[in-house]
Amino acid sequence: MILEVQGLTRYFGGVRALDGVDFRIGRGELAGIIGPNGSGKTTLFNVITGIYRPDRGVVSLEEGEITGLPPDEIARRGIARTFQNIRLFRELTVVDNVRIAHHPHVGYGAIAALLRTGAFYREERRTREQAEEFLSIFSLQDRGKALAKNLPYGDQRKLEIARALATRPKVLLLDEPAAGMNPSEVTTLMEFILRIRERFSLTVLLIEHQMRLVMGICERLIVMDFGQVIARGLPGEIRRNRQVIEAYLGKRDDTDGGGIRKKAR
Amino acid sequence: MYALIALGYTMVYGIVRLINFAHGDVFMVGAFLAFYSVEKFHLPLPAVFALAAGGAALLAVVIEWVAYRPLRNAPKIAALITAIGVSLFLEYFTALHQVFGPNYYAFPRPFQVVSLEIGGITVTNIQGVILLVTLASLGALQFVVYRTKVGRGMRAVSHDAVTAGLMGVNVNAVISFTFGLGAAFAGIGGVLYGIAYPQINTFMGVMPGLKAFTAAVLGGIGSIPGAVLGALIMGQSETMTTAYLSSTYRDGIAFVLLIAVLLWKPTGILGKARTEKV
Amino acid sequence: MIFLKNIAKAVLPFAALSVLLQFLSARGILNPYWVQIFQLACIVAISALGLNLIYGFTGLFSLGHAAFYGVGAYTAALLTKLYVGAYGDEAVIAVGAVFLGSLLAGGFAAAFLAFLVGLPTLRLTSDYLGIATLGFGVIMKVLFDNADSLVPQLGGARGMTGIARMTGIPWAVAALVAAILVIRNLVHSTYGRALIAIREDEVAAAAMGIDTFRFKLIGFTAGCAFAGVAGGLYAHLYTFLHPSSFDFMKSFDVLMIVVLGGLGNITGTLVASFAWIFLLEGMRVALPPEYIEFRWVLIPLLLIVTMLVRPRGLFGVREFPFLRSKVYR
Repeated sequence: MILEVQGLTRYFGGVRALDGVDFRIGRGELAGIIGPNGSGKTTLFNVITGIYRPDRGVVSLEEGEITGLPPDEIARRGIARTFQNIRLFRELTVVDNVRIAHHPHVGYGAIAALLRTGAFYREERRTREQAEEFLSIFSLQDRGKALAKNLPYGDQRKLEIARALATRPKVLLLDEPAAGMNPSEVTTLMEFILRIRERFSLTVLLIEHQMRLVMGICERLIVMDFGQVIARGLPGEIRRNRQVIEAYLGKRDDTDGGGIRKKAR
Repeated sequence: MYALIALGYTMVYGIVRLINFAHGDVFMVGAFLAFYSVEKFHLPLPAVFALAAGGAALLAVVIEWVAYRPLRNAPKIAALITAIGVSLFLEYFTALHQVFGPNYYAFPRPFQVVSLEIGGITVTNIQGVILLVTLASLGALQFVVYRTKVGRGMRAVSHDAVTAGLMGVNVNAVISFTFGLGAAFAGIGGVLYGIAYPQINTFMGVMPGLKAFTAAVLGGIGSIPGAVLGALIMGQSETMTTAYLSSTYRDGIAFVLLIAVLLWKPTGILGKARTEKV
Repeated sequence: MIFLKNIAKAVLPFAALSVLLQFLSARGILNPYWVQIFQLACIVAISALGLNLIYGFTGLFSLGHAAFYGVGAYTAALLTKLYVGAYGDEAVIAVGAVFLGSLLAGGFAAAFLAFLVGLPTLRLTSDYLGIATLGFGVIMKVLFDNADSLVPQLGGARGMTGIARMTGIPWAVAALVAAILVIRNLVHSTYGRALIAIREDEVAAAAMGIDTFRFKLIGFTAGCAFAGVAGGLYAHLYTFLHPSSFDFMKSFDVLMIVVLGGLGNITGTLVASFAWIFLLEGMRVALPPEYIEFRWVLIPLLLIVTMLVRPRGLFGVREFPFLRSKVYR
């Protein structure tokens, strides 16, 4: 098991955003989390990565507990993520966005930086070359000098993944990577995800609404609704699961023959 | 009295998220307008209040129009810097001999001071007037914000200016109105200040302005009851420092209090906690 | 040694400039008044670079910069007052060492205080941090006013007198060059990128494994150290310190310089510092005496107009070549 979540619960005011979430992800798996809007998927990511503390429950990475650690510590232990509403360092260049991710691995001290020693130049060159390598995976190598904010939307999404990869994670969490992409972009993205998992022997957990992507590449699915896991299994099983269909389309209602009705609580 | 100035800060911040450093100087201009209307024209007190409030409001609307509106979509700091610029300009421009002049002026008492002793506490009619005017202004403000169409517009804009605009609220008009209303209170505050501490000069707005702003933050900026609460706490703590410690520490105590409160509740006592959506 | 070469490359032109200015002023070709103004501009630039590191690069809104400047000034002045008297006039090196030590001590004192202040307050966000630091500035002013009740030499509200005049062109220029080099090298390293990342998006920076609080503290402390050193130089330039030189309006002055020059722009800060000081003092000379008070009417107007025309500062993101990142050589 590389990532394990047990009984994770988080309240916002009186709302239970997460309500006893359990799941385990094996090393090298590519799993998807789906569920209607507001079902707690992003909150789950935020709790795993330490942005929110859980009110109850445990998160473990490779059998070590990481619950409640600060986000930077969790990142250094090997969980990287992207954000639903892209969060790049907008005023920095594309290369520097990726180079920042190298920060915990840079091999020179503050004194060396201030004096600009040989080690400083060597390391700077190394991180730059590595950053360019990460960019080339996503065919962004020619945009290195551009400011991140000037990239087109699709490239910003890719850059965010490149940046996350550059932290050298064991587990990569992608929050709606295909949001706002057209079908052909989604196809390329699917190939990218498969390729980077192979190349960096990653475990990938992604949140996505685009069923083509989810059904196309995820080996296993976790379905959430109202902060709870309501189903898990292979994509084929999920597709036929009654509870899942109800969560998405509402319960069949006798009076109007199946309109969409939110579960009331 | 801090309350009256604090209201302007809190209203403007609530709506455009700008610390309007020029507000203390609008207060000063209000005091000077009152000074001239009493000294030169011997106007009756209600007219003095009306003139000071109106003049201050007009000034603030002009400032907003000239210096802040063009920067509404620029980085926030640019507007803050122009606010400081406007503040300096008002202070030094009015200090010119051709304008108000750099000296201290004795503010004429518009009425006789009468002291009354009630249960061992001495109350002057000046304090009475201050209390009455403050309460009346607060009542008026409460009415405007919660019972009128402009007030609804103000609340809408403070919540989300873009959406409010889409809903048909005239955002610019609402912002102008807010500046004007806030300044009107500062103008009234200026008159009260002149009555209570009968010495005015063109730099008098700096410290009261800063402290009123602190009071607004203390109470929770953007919140009207918060501004009043903050001002009360501030006034009390200053009086007590002067009484028990030393008046040289008076200016500091307000800020010690402020920092303590911010560390305890980062958005002020009555401020709403804003959680950032990730 | 590559770093020695780099330092030499950067320092030599400034050393030459410093020698030239020193020579001209010694010969009486340069008016001593302007020489003093030049030094003041260097000092203000150092302090402004510090604030640019705090606000421009790290994105921490600080309105209390003048307080740290003051702490540095008083610390350094007190130290030289206590220790320089022991040496005669001929002990140039010893006196210089004491001065250098005092400047560094001033910087250290400011940094230490910044550390203590930052520890609780840097958890606050944007405007609230600004207000808290502004409040801290006012508190420090009150303390400076009452400092004589603790240490009589500090003078309190009457001002501190009898500080030796030690700051000269070489000191001012050397300190400025050191400040420029430190900030340039810092900004174009992984540490600088971490600071900028925090400014751009704190949540994302943390997700990259950057300990955001620690770096905010580092940025704030380092920037205040600049102010402390600048304060020490200031004290030994004018030989007189008064609390009113360090009140919150002075923090606004530095802030205006940094914003005018462009946030996160070293070139802009340098140019704006010199322009600001020379404009301010130049108008004192250029305006006829009866119009002197128009100075502070014109400056705010100029400020407002500049902001309206160039809301991102005079220089935007353009830098002098030697201050640019060398990533794409």
